[in-house]
Amino acid sequence: MQVYRWTLTMALSIVHRATGIALYVGTLLLAWWLIAAASGPAAYSHVQAFTGSIIGRLIMFGYTWALMHHMLSGIRHFVWDLGYGFKANEREALTWGALIGGIVLTVLIWIIAYAIGGGR
Amino acid sequence: MSTADTPKRSMRTPLGRVRNLGAAHSGTSDFWRQRLTAVAMVLLMIPVIVVIMMLLGRNQAYAKQILGSLPIAIIMVLFIIASAWHMKIGMQVVIEDYVHNEKLKLASIMLNNFFSIAVALASIYAILQLSSGV
Repeated sequence: MQVYRWTLTMALSIVHRATGIALYVGTLLLAWWLIAAASGPAAYSHVQAFTGSIIGRLIMFGYTWALMHHMLSGIRHFVWDLGYGFKANEREALTWGALIGGIVLTVLIWIIAYAIGGGR
Repeated sequence: MSTADTPKRSMRTPLGRVRNLGAAHSGTSDFWRQRLTAVAMVLLMIPVIVVIMMLLGRNQAYAKQILGSLPIAIIMVLFIIASAWHMKIGMQVVIEDYVHNEKLKLASIMLNNFFSIAVALASIYAILQLSSGV
């Protein structure tokens, strides 16, 4: 398929699915965290050791981005479902909005987290 | 593909349009639930983020106290139900798009259901346990 141009909206459609799949797998982390909280201090400290490690923080940062991006990208799909935003410039604006908004929200959440949590 | 510029050339029959059903007769229910759970999660997103922020770096006793309090437990359970339902539908769409072998597709869809239900039940059970102090 050499005849059509690869567009941003097409790429972001794939990213929407990819982030959705990542979030799907990531619910295991959410379940682990809740089960550990219910199990007791020892189990909970294992979760905290993981989320506090460099790898853990990277995964949590990636997870935050996947969640924020998927949410904004999903809102974009919702706007389309309602029948709006199909003009070329509107499509582009919604797509850039989801892309930039996802990154901005992720950084914002982590700044707040570090500010109140002190990177505990 | 705008629906606005092609209303009069729709391929749907008048009866189908009246009943609001597609060719599968009930094919729109997952589509609707996917949006319903998405909207629910958008509404719950800020409370859930606040709860997680409150627990950053705190110990298990504090987590138990916060997660076990009634309003927060309800928020978390609602979020888990919406997430599990949403991701089950989303993954099924992905499977149906990419897995073309019929047996493998059925097995994948079954596994997807098992995974989503197991994650949801485990998480909800944990929250109920935190709430009741068992």
